[in-house]
Amino acid sequence: MSNLELNTKVEPKRTKKRHVTLKQQKYIFIYSCLFVPVVFFLSIRLLPMLYTFNVGFHEWKILSPEQPFVGLSNYTSLFQDEVFLRALQNTGIYVLVGVIGQMILGLIVSLLLQRVNRFVGLFRVIYFIPYITSAVAISWIFKWILMNNGILNNILLNLGFEKQLFLQDPNQAIYLVIGTIIFQGLGFQIVIFLAGLENIPNMFYEAADIDGANGWQKLSKITLPLLNPTIVFSAVIATISFLQSFTQIENMTGGGPLNSTMTIVYYIYELAFQKFEMGYASAATVILFLIIFLITLFQMKVLTKRFDY
Amino acid sequence: MKKWMVTIVFVLFAFLAACSGGGEETAGSGDSSEGDNAESTAGSEGSENDVVEIEYWQYNYDSKVQLMDELIKEFEEQNPNIKVTQTNFPYEQYNEKVATLVPAGRGPDVINLYYGWVPKYVDSGFLQPLPQDPFSPEFIEEEFFPLVNATKLDGEYWTIPTAVRTLALFYNKDLFEKAGLDAPPKTWDELVSYAKQLTERDENGQLVTEGMAFEPGGQLHNWFRDALVYQAGGQGVSEDRKEILWDETDAGLEAFRFMMELATKHKVGEQNFYNDDVTAFKTGNAAMNIDGSFRLGTLANDAPDLNYGTAPLPSYKEEATQASFWTNGIVAGVEGKKLEAATKFLEFLTSKEVMERWIEEIGELPAKQDVALQDKYLNDELKGPFIKQLPVANAHFFVDEKEERELVTNAADKVLLEQATIEEAYQELVDKTQQLFDEYWENRE
Amino acid sequence: MKKGWKSFLVYFLLTAGSLIMLFPFIWMISTSFKLPLEVFTLDIIPENPTIQNYQKIIGDTLFLKWFLNSLIIAIITTLSVAIFDTLVGYILAKFSFPGKNIIFVAILSTLMIPTEMLVIPWYMMSTEFGWVDSYWGIMFPGVISAFGIFLMRQFMESIPDDLLDAARIDGMREFGIFVKVAIPQVRPALSALCIFSFLGNWNAFLWPLLVIESTGMRTLPVGLAFFSSENQEYWELIMAGATISVIPLIIVFLFFQKQIIKGIVLTGMK
Repeated sequence: MSNLELNTKVEPKRTKKRHVTLKQQKYIFIYSCLFVPVVFFLSIRLLPMLYTFNVGFHEWKILSPEQPFVGLSNYTSLFQDEVFLRALQNTGIYVLVGVIGQMILGLIVSLLLQRVNRFVGLFRVIYFIPYITSAVAISWIFKWILMNNGILNNILLNLGFEKQLFLQDPNQAIYLVIGTIIFQGLGFQIVIFLAGLENIPNMFYEAADIDGANGWQKLSKITLPLLNPTIVFSAVIATISFLQSFTQIENMTGGGPLNSTMTIVYYIYELAFQKFEMGYASAATVILFLIIFLITLFQMKVLTKRFDY
Repeated sequence: MKKWMVTIVFVLFAFLAACSGGGEETAGSGDSSEGDNAESTAGSEGSENDVVEIEYWQYNYDSKVQLMDELIKEFEEQNPNIKVTQTNFPYEQYNEKVATLVPAGRGPDVINLYYGWVPKYVDSGFLQPLPQDPFSPEFIEEEFFPLVNATKLDGEYWTIPTAVRTLALFYNKDLFEKAGLDAPPKTWDELVSYAKQLTERDENGQLVTEGMAFEPGGQLHNWFRDALVYQAGGQGVSEDRKEILWDETDAGLEAFRFMMELATKHKVGEQNFYNDDVTAFKTGNAAMNIDGSFRLGTLANDAPDLNYGTAPLPSYKEEATQASFWTNGIVAGVEGKKLEAATKFLEFLTSKEVMERWIEEIGELPAKQDVALQDKYLNDELKGPFIKQLPVANAHFFVDEKEERELVTNAADKVLLEQATIEEAYQELVDKTQQLFDEYWENRE
Repeated sequence: MKKGWKSFLVYFLLTAGSLIMLFPFIWMISTSFKLPLEVFTLDIIPENPTIQNYQKIIGDTLFLKWFLNSLIIAIITTLSVAIFDTLVGYILAKFSFPGKNIIFVAILSTLMIPTEMLVIPWYMMSTEFGWVDSYWGIMFPGVISAFGIFLMRQFMESIPDDLLDAARIDGMREFGIFVKVAIPQVRPALSALCIFSFLGNWNAFLWPLLVIESTGMRTLPVGLAFFSSENQEYWELIMAGATISVIPLIIVFLFFQKQIIKGIVLTGMK
């Protein structure tokens, strides 16, 4: 048990008192463990974040040494900016369709994977493969599948259907991009859900079997409630990552056609690094932050309520 | 097992604590480094030893980087008191790199930029005008092709290129022969009728061979702005760079209609066929394409067996083509000996010898008239047509290269996908482009 | 009988899904063996399979060095993330103390800013402290991850308090409880965290790209970015690079996947 002493040497007080109460010992443990992470987050994440927030009140064309203070004018122009408003609306679609689609599919596949006893490892690897494959590579391959004279259009034509524009069509493109992101992100959900499912003690199911519960009852009374922390986590992370989708959009559509696949993050990126409008981009980041923050708090509150243990 | 884990924790703790102690200063350092910016770029200059160091930034393009390494060595031999360091960034992320490094005070002295970005860099106060000696406007206008004035702003030249590229017509000789055609089209009308002859569809009406590739995201916007409009007798941007002139006459609309009707009326090409125009042409599935001289290298590498030729762009009332270039500027705040060295370096990069090596090793066309218009280049089978057009080449003054490109693509999309009429889409294109120009000039005042 | 039919259906669905999941992957591998001109042909099996793309990638560049750089960075960050995130997640889940909620929300909120907007201040920091072009410079933003803390907190929450209290009564120190009681309970989640962390750092692109200067320091994704340039998209090379870089990820996945399954066995025994 000398481990603890070794670890808490950071706290000079400890060496003086040899007899600390359990409670003191607990607090020493808590704060000494939190010290480094808190300093890390303050300096590497929070300060740069505040820096960005501050830039949002300035006009700053990255390369120029001057950063005149402009108050809220970046924000007012954002809300008159057609592209930004379109991006806001699109981001809503990405999150709604994407998160729900990904969670449901992820849950279904995980439950199926849990039921098999042969080729378990093989199936898991296969379903995980898109997640570990380069997003750039996957995006382009989908693009080729969907091109004017690509495989999918050939199949449609052979079956006697009309050829589709797919990524060229402002009404279809966003859903195809979402589909690609779901396809790639599925492996993530599956690993999380499988880890969550493994955490549910078998005795619950055994007890349910004795009570003669059917499959649906087991799912709704045992699996889903006990999976709750996992589901909350999964929903929050999926929301955040859909709100920040980037690579697939960059490679498949570049935000087009007619801005129909543009998201806030992609727009922020364009503003900051292609137009050098850092102040304006920072203002957009603050808005994105507020949106994610509110949604996350809401999710944590609503989803976590169903806890009963 | 636990022992080593604890040891690692401990080491990491100590490590992080040591580093993060300094981390707290970030906000402060963020603010101060902007102030340092000018200082550090001009800085280190007055050092005792006589060697002046300058840094040159260029995007990563294998043959350019290699040639530049050789050139720098030669330059340093000629000027033993100057040392040049070359730094390269990947093409796709060039602007990201610049945008991140510069605010931290890590700027170059001489920078290589796409000419379309120059107004934005000038607007940020990042560049300084070229020194009058030797780069006076009179000198530049006498020696170089007029297209280099795309980076002339407020009566001054801000950058100068070694080499330029132009657009020409690429045509597939095998497909031409198959269709019974023996020479490339010379006029708009010929282009349309040849393209129709070359287009091949299967029994379902699906495209098998494009007569003329059609990809608004590719070179079409350049073709429209700097070639078609001028060919129809129109003008691009006013002398003072403030006004879009496409609308002054009917030329702009005529040009836009000609381009769009290739897809909508004549149906000789489709968007996204074999992913893009370049691939369609490269794989022998498009008979003609409008593309730049930079594509010669790609084709030689990827499709060595493709039997193709190049020709000046088909013309109408006038002859015209588009030119684009990567160009060198000196960063604001560079002064004294460093400025002298940077100027010397630019002089060297725009010398006849360098231009000749540039066309031979990289394939980009010399920016100076007397270097480019030598018989040995004019008679080159593939490069000749690009060079012949240099005197009639235009390089659009971009206030926002990416945005202006998107406006043309969007206008095309509106016609192709949203059934907008060609007139409506064109009018919106003109208005929105003018709006960008207005915003740019508003900001600069 | 009914059961047999059901399990057939499960296998059928999973197999059908597998085909969809594998298709782009197989296409990627196939493209990596194609010649430039064939890239856009739709054949799954290349007409003239060639290994020249691999030769070019490995032979013409510092590929092995880049591979090694990526490996070192991914391993060290994963180790650091596994330790710190598990510890912080445990504390946030199982203790109550002043400032707990603020710390949790603050940590969580750092997930909500896209990396793109943090790189400029990070770079200023790096030049200030001389971290540019070093391993530490590449790694520092990722040595502790808010994502992992959140993940571990969620999983630690489901550990019964009784178990921990029992250990306290037995006289175990807090750190001992964490290592001996808590960690074994969340083995599957810890394995998942290691997989994600390795993956994230292995694929990280934007920040490494910005902070790396010399050719020898490049990570794999950054090195591969130098293959494309203006008017040059070498898809066959990009796909070959992507294929090679997926191999370590599969190995890491298989390794930790086993841990996830071991996790079941352990909990099953209790």
